[in-house]
Amino acid sequence: MVTEARTQPVIPIRRRIGSTAVPVVGLLLVLAVLLWLGVNLVKAPDDFFQIFLIGLSNGALYGLVALGYTLVYGILGLINFAHGDVFMLGGMISVTLVLSVFSLEESAPLGSLIPAILACLAVAMGICGLLNASIERIAYKPLRSAPRLAPLITAIGVSFILQDVGLIWKGPAYVAAPRTLPHGEIFSIGSVSYTWDRLIVLLITVPVLLGLMWLVRYTRQGKAMRATAQDKDAAAMMGIDVNRTISFTFLIAGALAGTAGVVYAFYFTNVRFDTGFQLGLIAFTAAVLGGIGNLPGAVLGALLIGLIQAFNEGLAWRAPGSTWTTTIVFSILILILVFRPQGLLGERTPEGG
Amino acid sequence: MANLRGRGGVGPAWWGVLERLGLRHERWERLPEPARRSVTLGAAAVLALAVLTPLYSIDLQAIAVFLVLAFLFVPPWRRVPVVGRFVLPGMVFALLVSYPYWASPPEKLFTIPILGPFPNMNTMVIAAIFVMMALGLNMVVGYAGLLDLGYVAFYAIGAYTAAWFASPQFAGANPDFTPKREFTLGAVDVIPGIGGFHVSIWLLLPLAAALTAIVGVVIGLPTLRLRGDYLAIVTLGFGEILPQIARNGDNLLGTGFNLTGGPPGITPIDPPGFGYWLQDKVGLPASYITHPAFESLFYWTAIFLVLFTLFCSVRLRDSRLGRAWVAIREDETAAAAMGVPLMRTKTWAYAAGAFFGGIAGCWFATFKTGVFPDDFYFNISVFILCMVIFGGMGNVWGVIAGAVFLAYLDREGLGNIGGWINTNFGTNIDVPLYSFGIYGLIIVVVMLFRPHGLLPEARRKREFEHTLQEEELTGAES
Repeated sequence: MVTEARTQPVIPIRRRIGSTAVPVVGLLLVLAVLLWLGVNLVKAPDDFFQIFLIGLSNGALYGLVALGYTLVYGILGLINFAHGDVFMLGGMISVTLVLSVFSLEESAPLGSLIPAILACLAVAMGICGLLNASIERIAYKPLRSAPRLAPLITAIGVSFILQDVGLIWKGPAYVAAPRTLPHGEIFSIGSVSYTWDRLIVLLITVPVLLGLMWLVRYTRQGKAMRATAQDKDAAAMMGIDVNRTISFTFLIAGALAGTAGVVYAFYFTNVRFDTGFQLGLIAFTAAVLGGIGNLPGAVLGALLIGLIQAFNEGLAWRAPGSTWTTTIVFSILILILVFRPQGLLGERTPEGG
Repeated sequence: MANLRGRGGVGPAWWGVLERLGLRHERWERLPEPARRSVTLGAAAVLALAVLTPLYSIDLQAIAVFLVLAFLFVPPWRRVPVVGRFVLPGMVFALLVSYPYWASPPEKLFTIPILGPFPNMNTMVIAAIFVMMALGLNMVVGYAGLLDLGYVAFYAIGAYTAAWFASPQFAGANPDFTPKREFTLGAVDVIPGIGGFHVSIWLLLPLAAALTAIVGVVIGLPTLRLRGDYLAIVTLGFGEILPQIARNGDNLLGTGFNLTGGPPGITPIDPPGFGYWLQDKVGLPASYITHPAFESLFYWTAIFLVLFTLFCSVRLRDSRLGRAWVAIREDETAAAAMGVPLMRTKTWAYAAGAFFGGIAGCWFATFKTGVFPDDFYFNISVFILCMVIFGGMGNVWGVIAGAVFLAYLDREGLGNIGGWINTNFGTNIDVPLYSFGIYGLIIVVVMLFRPHGLLPEARRKREFEHTLQEEELTGAES
C-alpha cells in the first residue's frame, strides 16, 4: 500500500477499492434491469412498445426541465431548487390561458388549438423567464460570494415561496384543463398505436431543444455562457459581462421551464401547487444521471428516467408500480452520485471528490 | 474590527439616523453594559406601550412578565463571581420547568397582542421535541457544515423504533386470532393478551438513538465523500425514500410482511411510565397516560431530554471532535492537510446528529401514541433546517430560540395571527395553509439580510463576513 501511494500519490484510495467492485456491481444491476425488461418484452411485446412510447414523451418533457437545472448548475454551480416551481407556475399560466382567454373545449379544432398553444408558449416562456431572472437578481446574486451552501438554502426558501404563490393563486386542489389535444391515432402496428398528443409533445420539445443547442453552441451569447461556466473571473477579464450572462442563463432556463409547463398542462391536463416540486426532483435526477452541466447529457438522462418511470409504472411482470417511483428515481440518483458523480456523459468534477 | 460592528445587525443606516439625533456611536459604546441594556429595553417598552395601549388595556401580569424579563436581561449576571454563570440559565430553566403551574391552562394568563394566548402544554411538548431535532441537525449543519436535507428520515427511524418495540405491531395471529408473539420488558399498562413487543420506553430511547445513529453511519459512509450540494441532494434522496418505504411498507416486496403499517401507520404505542413498584417506593408516576397531568409529565421528560441533548451538544462542540467539525466546515482541504480524518469526522457528525434525531422521533411517537407516515415529509426537514438557520447556525442558544419560536408558530402562532388578521381586517385567510411559504420567506430573508441568523455564533459570523467582505476586511484589519 505504501509503495502504491509512493508511485501514484494523486489517485484517491477510493479508486483502488472501487476499481473492481463498483463496475461489477453496476454491471450486475444493469443486467438485472435488462433481463427484467427482456422478460416483459417477450411476455407482452405490444404493451412494452406502448409503454416505451409513453416513456419517450415523458422523457422529452423531463428533458426540458432538466436542461434548466443543468444550465444553471453549469454556470453558477447552484442547484436551483426553485426551478421546478417556476415550471409549475408555467403550467398554471397555461391552464389559465386555455380556460379563460381561449376558452378551448375538449378536442378543439386545429385552427384554434395551434394559435392557442403558440400563444401559451409565448406568454409562459416570457413570464417564467423573467420570473427566473428576477429570482436570481433578488435571491441568489447577493449571495454569490457567500459560502456555497447559502444560495442553495435560499433556493429552497424560494421554492417554498413559489409553491405558496401557486397555492394562493389556484388553491390546494388540482387545476384541470380540458383535454384539448387530439387523441386520434397516427399509425398503429398491431395493437401499438401512436397518438397525436404524444407527437405534439415531441413537436414542441424537439425544436426547443435544437434551438437551445444552437444558441449555446453557435451564438455569441452562448459562447459567453460557456466561457462564464468555465471560469467567471477569466471570462470577466475577456470583456464578458458576467452578471448579464448569468441573468441571461436564468432567463433561458426559466423560458425552458415555461415551455415544459405549457406542454405539461396540455398533455397531462392538471396542475397543482406541488406538481413542480416532485417533477423538479425527477428532472434534477435526470440532469445528474446525464452529467450535470452537460446539455446532451441532461436530455439523455431525462429520456432514460422517463423510460424507467414508464416501465416501472406500466409493465405487468414484477414491476414495483407507481407507489415506488420516488424510491426508484432517488435510488438511481444516489447510486449515480456515489458511484459515478460525473454522470453518464459528464466530466469529473471536484464535487465528486 | 471595530468598524465591522453593526454590519448585518443594527445597520449603518440606523446609526446615521441616531447620530442626527445626537447619539454618537462611540459614546454609546463607552456606556456600561447594564445602562445600554436598560436603554434598549426601555425603548422597546415605550414603543410597545405606544403601539399597544390604544389597542389593549394594560395588564398587571404583562408588567410582571416585563419586570422578570428586565431582571434577567439588564444586570450583567455573567460578571457575578462563581454563581454568575448559572443565574441566567437557572432562572430560564426554573421558569420553563414551572411552566405547567403558571401558564396552564393558557386562559390563566393574559393574551399576548396579535399572537394570542400563551402556548398550551401540547405545543410545549412538540416545541421541546423540535428543539431536540434542531440541536441534532445543528451538529450536522451548524458544526460540521454538511447540509442535510433529509433529517426527517432519522426522526422517522426513531419514531418507528418506538412503534415496533412498544406496540402490538408484530403480534401476528394464530388461526384462533390469539397473538402469535408476545414479549414484554418493563412496559406498563399493556393490555393482557394483545401480543407484540412491549419494551419499556426508557430502554427504547437509547435503542432508538443507537439504531438511528447506525443508520446515519450507513447512509453517511458512501455519501459523505461527496462535497456540499451533492451531499445535500443525496440526503434529500434518503429523506424521500425512507418515508415512502414507510408508506408502502405494509406489504414489503409482495411477501405480505407488514413492517410499517402502511399509510395509517402504527397505533397504539404503549404509554411511558415507571411502573407500580417505583410509584409505591419513590412516588414516580406509574403510567403517564392515566395520570391527571399527563401532558406536564411528557413535557418534563422532554425538557430532561432537551437538557441531555444540550449538554452533549455543548460538550461535543468544545471537544476535539467538535473542533475538527468546525475545521472541516471552514476549509475542508486545510483541515485534511492538518491531519483531520475527513471521512471519520464527518461520519461522526452524521451519527451524532442522527442520534438525537432518533431520540426526538422516539419521544414524539410515544407522545402521539402512534406513528403516521404523513409526519415525515420533506417539508419537515426544511422546517427543522429553517429553525437552525433562523436562530443562527452553530449557536445552540440561537437554535433553541429558533426552534421554540417556529414550533410555536407552526402549532398555534400562525393560526392565532390569522385569526387576529381576519377579525380585524374582515378578511378570510387561512394563514396556516400558507405556513411553508412563510417559512420559505423566513429562510430567504434571513439568508439575505442576516445570513448568520438571529443569534449568531461568533466564529460563524466572522466566517460569513470574511467571505462577504473579503477586501474590506483586509483593509480594516489593521
